[in-house]
Order: sequence, then C-alpha cells, then structure tokens
Amino acid sequence: MVENRPWANFFAHTVLIIGVALVVFPVYIAVVASTQAPGELMRGTIPLLPGSHGIENYTQMWQSGVSSANSPPAALMLWNSFVMAMAITVGKLSISLLSAFAIVYFRFRFRMFFFWLIFVTLMLPVEVRIIPTFQVVADLKMLNSFAGLSIPLIASATATFLFRQFFMTIPEEMLEAARVDGAGPFKFFKDILMPLSVTNIAALFVIMFIYGWNQYLWPLLITTDPDYTTIVMGIQRMTSEENPQWHLVMAAVVMAALPPVLVILFMQRLFVKGLTETEK
Amino acid sequence: MQTKRMTFPGGWLPFALLAPQVIITLIFFIWPAGQALYQSLLREDAFGLKTTFVGLENFARLFRDGSYLNSMSVTVVFAVGTTLISMSVALLLASTVNRMIRSHSTYTTLLVWPYAIAPALAGVLWWFIFNPSIGIVPYMLEMVGYNWNHRNSGSDAMLLVILAAAWKQISYNFLFFLAGLQSIPQSLIEAASIDGASPIKRFWTIIFPLLSPTTFFLMVVNVVYAMFDTFGIIHATTQGGPAQSTNILVYKVYADGFVGLNLGSSAAQSVILMVIVVALTVIQFRFIERRVNY
Repeated sequence: MVENRPWANFFAHTVLIIGVALVVFPVYIAVVASTQAPGELMRGTIPLLPGSHGIENYTQMWQSGVSSANSPPAALMLWNSFVMAMAITVGKLSISLLSAFAIVYFRFRFRMFFFWLIFVTLMLPVEVRIIPTFQVVADLKMLNSFAGLSIPLIASATATFLFRQFFMTIPEEMLEAARVDGAGPFKFFKDILMPLSVTNIAALFVIMFIYGWNQYLWPLLITTDPDYTTIVMGIQRMTSEENPQWHLVMAAVVMAALPPVLVILFMQRLFVKGLTETEK
Repeated sequence: MQTKRMTFPGGWLPFALLAPQVIITLIFFIWPAGQALYQSLLREDAFGLKTTFVGLENFARLFRDGSYLNSMSVTVVFAVGTTLISMSVALLLASTVNRMIRSHSTYTTLLVWPYAIAPALAGVLWWFIFNPSIGIVPYMLEMVGYNWNHRNSGSDAMLLVILAAAWKQISYNFLFFLAGLQSIPQSLIEAASIDGASPIKRFWTIIFPLLSPTTFFLMVVNVVYAMFDTFGIIHATTQGGPAQSTNILVYKVYADGFVGLNLGSSAAQSVILMVIVVALTVIQFRFIERRVNY
C-alpha cells in the first residue's frame, strides 16, 4: 500500500468480508442443515441457525448410513476414501520418484522415448478415455477392489516432472562426492536424494491426497459393491433418492469435506508450494 | 534434453526404475487411448453382435448430430461462464488482500479451503441452496418475483452449475493472482502514485497489464478445469438436463457410452476430447516457454 486512505481500507475490508461470506455460505448452510430434525427440512425453507439434532444425525450417519439409498455407514465410506487416497498418493509419489531418478541420473538408450511416453499421460485425463480404461480394468478382474480403484490413477506425469526439475537443481558435486566415496545408486538415492526432496514430497503429498480423496467418476464405475463405496460417490447416491434425507446428506457432506479441508488449513504452506509448483 | 554431467553407469537398473511408471502408463493410458481411437472407427449393430469398420463415419455423424452440436455450445457457455466468474471474483479478492498488511494471512486462509472440496460435493451444496422447494436462494428470489426452477428451466440449471464450478475454482485462481501481484515491483506503483494516479488508474494501467502472464495461464487452466474436471458437478446435480441444457462434452461421453451404450460414437467423442486436451496443453506449454519476466 502506497498511501493511507482510510475510506479505501474500509471499503477493502467490506469487499473481503462479503467475499469470505459468499465463499463460506454454502458450507454454513450445510452445517446448519445437518443439525436439523428429520422433518424440519421438509417444511418450507431451511432455518438460518443450527438446530439441536446435530449429534443424533452425525451418529446415525456414521454408524448406519442411509439404507434406503443403499448407502453404507459413513465410517466405512470415509475409511474407503482414505485407503484409496493414500494408495493413490503413495503410489504416485513412489513411482514418480523412481522414474525421475532414472531419467536424471542415468544415461541409457530410449531415455527420450520413455520421457515422452510419460509426458503423454498428462494429456489423457480419465474422463476422456473412460470406456476403454474401464474395459481394461474389467478384463484384469480389478473391479470392486482397492487395486482397481487406485492403480490406474497412479501414473503421474506432473509428479515425475516436478521431481525431475528438482533433481536438476541439485548440485553436480553431490553426486561426484558420493561417487568418490563409493556410494552406489541405491545409497545415493536413499541417503542423499530422498532427504533433499522431503519438502517437495510433502508438498506433493498434500495435493495428491486431495486429488485422490476427491475422485468421483472412477470409483463410480469401478465399484458396485457397497463395501467399496467412497464417501463422495456415496453422497451422490443419497441425493438421487426420490426424497433425499437432507439432514443426513448434509452431515455426510460435512464429514466428506472435513479431512481434505483440514489438510489444507494445517498444511497451508506446503499446499501453496505444491499447487504453484505442479503447475509450472 | 539436459542431463547431469556425471551419471551412474547404465545397464538394466534405469529400466527397472522406470518399469512401474511405464507399465502402468502403457496398460492404463496408452492402450485405452489406442482402443478409443480404434473403436471410433467401428460401429456395432443394435444387438452388439456385429461390428463393422466405418472409417470416419462416426465423426461425420457427430458433426451432423444436433445433440452433439448442442453439447458443444453448452460446453462453451459453461467454460466461458465458469472462467469469467471465478477469475474476476478471484482477481478482485486477490488485489484487495494484496493491499492488506496485518490481515493478509487471515483472509488468505479463509479463502483457500474450497479447493479441497470435491466437485461433486460443490455441486450438491449449491443444488441444496438452490433447491426449488426448500432452498434459501429460491425463497429470496421469489420475494423479488423470480420463480427459480432448475428442474424445468435450462438457463437456471446452467447458472447453477456455473456457480458451483466457479465457487470451487475461486481459491485456486486467488492463490495464483496473489502470487502474481506480489511479484510486481512496488517501485512502479509508488512512482505512479507520486505522479498522481488513482488506485483504479494504477490497477488498469500498471497492475493489470503486468499480470497478463498469470491471467493467460489461469485462463487455460480454468478452461481445462471447466471442460474436464467438472464431471462430478454435472453428474451429482443436473445429469445433463433439463432437456440437455447442461450436457457438457465430458458428461456426454459417459452418458452415451455407459448409459446409451453407443460405443462407437462415445469413442469418437473421446478422440475429439483428447485432441482438445492436447491442443490446450500445447498452448499452455508454449506460453510457459515464453513466459515474460519482469
């Protein structure tokens, strides 16, 4: 700020408060709705203040789910989402670290070919090749399994690129010193490269976890067995009922949104770093 | 491509390190993409008994098909609407936060978290607020005499999905705009204000032009987001309706393939989408190569 203008400051705060209010509004309404008694939401409009049935609704959703919508308990769905998100995250990070290591620290035939092969995946989001990918997974008998949910999503050009860029900035002397001291590729990877990449790994972890947690179309197609329902698609099932039980749906929405939101709030710096670097 | 001056000796090891990534890419990316290309040239008869090679007929049909052309224009409206709304709101918020000193990080924290909400959930949240019978917004709209109903009115439904998609994307755009604003040298702004330029004039003549690399980058990212990442919003709320008014291309691939079981047409649509993604990615990369530094 270059000059002091009290009215401008006042105006700026007003704009921001309205902005924040608009951003928070849908979630606030969800929280309010999730604390109402079952019949309350059928009568006219939603109240603007929280009701007193919060604990009941959340307990019911957590323990038994909505059986009329074929939706399992939220505890199970949250666990499924967690397993899927972690499998995708850890899988992506490990295979990307390995392949970036190979591309930067080795010279071999077809190096460029492999580099481009990985690069191409950047251009093929699941949504656009959905039917043939589904057929492949069905042929491999991976429907209704965590393997089918996670493995097809773990190839990641973005993470490979990020690690490649980062490895390129590591001084040559590191490798020279390690080689002089007789370290082999594995020792170099484990004792030098990994410790140096910790921040990058953590930042990507945050982004990938959110990506994995929020998967929607893929679990929708791959799993028909309620035991594998993830929370995001479970909610869709509940809303497509004839008369959705909004108080329970909204309790599930809040529970589904909470883990990734907490990740962002508590790891905001890593999140911002991960976000801005994956897009370079 | 650049490499390190000194490397480890080759042999089989690099291939082993690359193997997991390459195998997954081949099985789940390259092979299905090839299948989509191949199927786009075939047509199955109504009972799935016979497939015939029809060349580019599937593509030709798509471009004669009214519902596909409709889906294209719907996608354009949706992508432009989402990009415009979320970018302009984000720019307004970012440039306002940027002038704050003490409350800077508080506002940032309050604005970034919607990034974590799944598109499908964003859809459900807005669907609920706009629910014609119990939602709060239709209630308020009724007081000013507007009868909101996204179950019958195509334009209401479109506005609903645009709002949901834009809402979720504001935090992303906000962070990038804020980073862009912070990299603008303060001296330029000081010089302008000494010359008597008002804050609004400074914004349009100095800040906005200097932000143009960020703006352009975000435009591409937002269009990609609106075209490909918003499947959940559509599927969890309007399901393409009413009367196909929110049937965006990505949703149509799914609906024609899985619900309509028209594999040839769906594969042809996949191929068209892949061409669009490739084009957008190339634009993005060319732009990054020539990124202007101040």
